[in-house]
Amino acid sequence: MSQLSSILRDGLWHNNPGMVQLLGLCPLLAITTSVVNALGLAIATLFVLCGSNLIVSVCRRALVREIRIPVYVLLIASLVTASELFFNAYLPSLHARLGIFLPLIVTNCTIVARAESFASRQPPGAALADGVAHGLGFGAVLLVVGALRELLGTGHLFKGLHLLIPGATQDGIALAGDGLLLAILPPGAFFALALVLILRNWIEQ
Amino acid sequence: MTTDATRTSVLRSTLTLVFFAIIASAVVAVTWVNTKQRIADNNEAARVARFAAVLGAVTFDTIDTDKPHVIPTPHTLPGNAPVTYVTVRRADAIVAWVFRITAKGYSGPIQMMIGVTTDVRISGVRVITHSETPGLGDDIERSKSDWIESFNGMQVRGETDTQWALKRDGGSFDGFTGASITPRAVIQAVAQTLRWAERHQDTLRETTP
Repeated sequence: MSQLSSILRDGLWHNNPGMVQLLGLCPLLAITTSVVNALGLAIATLFVLCGSNLIVSVCRRALVREIRIPVYVLLIASLVTASELFFNAYLPSLHARLGIFLPLIVTNCTIVARAESFASRQPPGAALADGVAHGLGFGAVLLVVGALRELLGTGHLFKGLHLLIPGATQDGIALAGDGLLLAILPPGAFFALALVLILRNWIEQ
Repeated sequence: MTTDATRTSVLRSTLTLVFFAIIASAVVAVTWVNTKQRIADNNEAARVARFAAVLGAVTFDTIDTDKPHVIPTPHTLPGNAPVTYVTVRRADAIVAWVFRITAKGYSGPIQMMIGVTTDVRISGVRVITHSETPGLGDDIERSKSDWIESFNGMQVRGETDTQWALKRDGGSFDGFTGASITPRAVIQAVAQTLRWAERHQDTLRETTP
């Protein structure tokens, strides 16, 4: 129980991939123009991270040191390819929305980092919990940055939610008038992430 | 002794790698086999939906997608590349044409499908691919805004039809906040296509299936 809560606290706060380790910054900065995009990538990354942690942990005794990295790469690549096909078949609108960033999950350093530093040394249960914790931690940062940019940039939130949840709002919730253009453009991603990091460090002190 | 140990370890590593390569390929292969039909269906459904979207209220039974007509350069349509269009029929009679047009946007080409009825009106316009600024220029996508619907039913009245412009330029189209090049490019391209269709109605009509 205490191990589980320490795994969760580690992934969500103390060792959060997006705020502390600063891993996976490319998708984090690129896709967070809206809450819906962020949520889509968060779900996909969570799925791949849990799957890869679980498989690596199950296979950990079969792997000798010299070849563990190529095996992780193989496993993660096949898992991402399979999920991309799966998303394309069953969630085509989300697949179209995330575009290249779905296959690019394979290059998210968080996934190979968790496989190497945690899943390869822990039993499957703990590895899965670690995958959930880090996946949710990364997803939470995606969502906060996405919400910040969408709100500051367009004055709306949840625009296009019907792509993820059929029947949900398409135009989103209007919370303000016109937004600040900069927030949606690439520099806005850096400013939004910086705000999140400032907030985290300030709470931590 | 050392060579034997090395040989065993290399062999073991190789076999492990081969084993995992087979497993990984099997996972991808099984997923591919089980999803390929659905993915093909999705793509086909998306293609049909795109045509249906640009045809709007037009009733039709066949689209000659396998017999596209090519308009070679030089032409007065948008862009410098040959343009293709397909004929849409109801009971063998032509009811509309769908053009594939590439306009020059703010940050790259904007690919569009433009439906034109036989009375030379727009039946619908959809943007297929573009690289306009997210949150600003991408309101040309139907999934982001219904702006693109404002073309429906429009026609051109002569070469100097002033309604084919943004409201701020004296026309009849709403603009986007923070982006004016993108909607101008789209309006311009649609108007140009419609003018071309008006001038080349004989060519459009005489093409046999």
